[in-house]
Amino acid sequence: MSCAEAFSNYAFRSLGYGERILPKADITLCEQIALIGSGMIWNVYFTVLALIAGFGFATLIALGKASSNPLASIPAKTFIFVFRGSPLFIQFFLFYEAFVLIPKVAGDIDLGFVQLTVETRWFTRAWLGALIVMFLNTSAYSAEIFYGALRNVPKGDLEAADAIGMNASQKFRRVTWPTMLRLAWPSYTNEAIFMGHATTLVFLSGFPAWRQAGDALYYAQYLAEKTFNPFVAYPIVAAFFIVFTLIIIGGFGAMNKRLNRHMAPEARGKLKLSLNVIR
Amino acid sequence: MCADPSTLEGLNWWLCYLTTVKHMNLYTSVFTVLLLLAIVTPCILALGFGGAVAKRSALMPVRWVGMGYTSMVRGVPDIVFFMFVPIALDQVFEMIRHKVLCSDVNDPIWQGNDFVVCDIAKLPLNAAPQWQHDAYGFILAVIAFAIVFGAFAANVIDGALKAVPKGQLEAGEAIGMTKRQIFTRIHAPQMWRYALPGLSNLWMILLKATPLLFLLGIEDVVYWARELGGAKTSRFAYPHPDWRLGYFLALLVFYLFLTWISEKVFDRLKLRFGAGVAI
Repeated sequence: MSCAEAFSNYAFRSLGYGERILPKADITLCEQIALIGSGMIWNVYFTVLALIAGFGFATLIALGKASSNPLASIPAKTFIFVFRGSPLFIQFFLFYEAFVLIPKVAGDIDLGFVQLTVETRWFTRAWLGALIVMFLNTSAYSAEIFYGALRNVPKGDLEAADAIGMNASQKFRRVTWPTMLRLAWPSYTNEAIFMGHATTLVFLSGFPAWRQAGDALYYAQYLAEKTFNPFVAYPIVAAFFIVFTLIIIGGFGAMNKRLNRHMAPEARGKLKLSLNVIR
Repeated sequence: MCADPSTLEGLNWWLCYLTTVKHMNLYTSVFTVLLLLAIVTPCILALGFGGAVAKRSALMPVRWVGMGYTSMVRGVPDIVFFMFVPIALDQVFEMIRHKVLCSDVNDPIWQGNDFVVCDIAKLPLNAAPQWQHDAYGFILAVIAFAIVFGAFAANVIDGALKAVPKGQLEAGEAIGMTKRQIFTRIHAPQMWRYALPGLSNLWMILLKATPLLFLLGIEDVVYWARELGGAKTSRFAYPHPDWRLGYFLALLVFYLFLTWISEKVFDRLKLRFGAGVAI
């Protein structure tokens, strides 16, 4: 099989397009790269969607934890403790078993212009179920980061906002929140990177890979098993992830620049990849 | 009392159910987790210290090894290493044994999609008792954990070595200490205080990585939780529906408890290491 054929057969295998049957014998390098690359689609999918969804929720939780009202702070603290204090691996299993117990029903949602058929069965599928777990997990980790930043917003800035007569919502939107983001951004970048790395757990834990459509590590494991040679498949995943990590650092670095654009050069928060937020 | 489970009811049923042989296996697998932590922690510290020192070595090749080692975990998910290291090590060990023990066999080791070594080079030998297979798997897992987390620790310790105030080291030079004396008497002892937050973080991560033992085929807590939780028909002594959710909930609580205890211990340690230091 030629290299182009391998790519046309397997480049979107993880989404269910292309060749149904995975390569069994005489696996070429091209097939390995194409398959693992198609698996990366899932890793990117989980990372991007969970981060976007988690961002808003994490801000809410962080505000809740910082709140003086125990009705807000206790649930927020519990949420953060449970999701940061237990392994993501166990969370996947736990949620999968919980989702399995949901009675199977299907319903229609009428959006006016389009009819959507919604099934509770989707919760047991990785694309939704695992996404929910990743969303909750990254929310807890990001909330802790945001909470730390929230407490470090300079008092003087807040007093200045009071002094010029901003009301509470103006103060939050124009002073507290932007400053919080600026302070939290380097750590949040780390969280994003290690969140991306953690997506490799999805298909190794409770969630089954439906029709062998899995993520990059799922295919790497399959190929290493079939070829009895881990020295090809795993370095390919590693290379894919290094590229992915660099893209994340690039994107978040640009945002970091923007958040710091009003600061004196020596006072800017530096993006530094420190290793404190994997699960 | 537990001779005929079908006659039991209520509390007695539970007492007997929770003390079956398989449940005892579950409880001992908790010790597997603790054993892993106990063995792997000193290895991690040693590798971390070695990696950090190598990174600042005067010899270029040593420095390169240190830099390569500390940066390997930055772009690549740790799970990839957990999957890769045990298989790779296993193959390397068997290959070396094959070369040494069966030097008369000239067939290539990788034959297409197969990895073939002679029988006496197998690790452990095919005829070896089951516990040797288990122990071998466990040792490979320990090595994988030590290598990956050693790299994380090397990052932490490297940062801590950089954080020791220059004045302290210059004071050592001023009173005529040699380089080695400065390192062993001033630099290394003071480093621990700066390394503690990072190391405590790392410990939390290590705790939460222990269920990954399951992925390496070791009969750990996750394995037994799945095994015991699955639905048992009336052919079994203790029939019950699917209880995996309950078992994973118990695991979650177990890990939360470990985290909570660790937090308390590290708070104590922080006080101790901070003693005698002006803030």
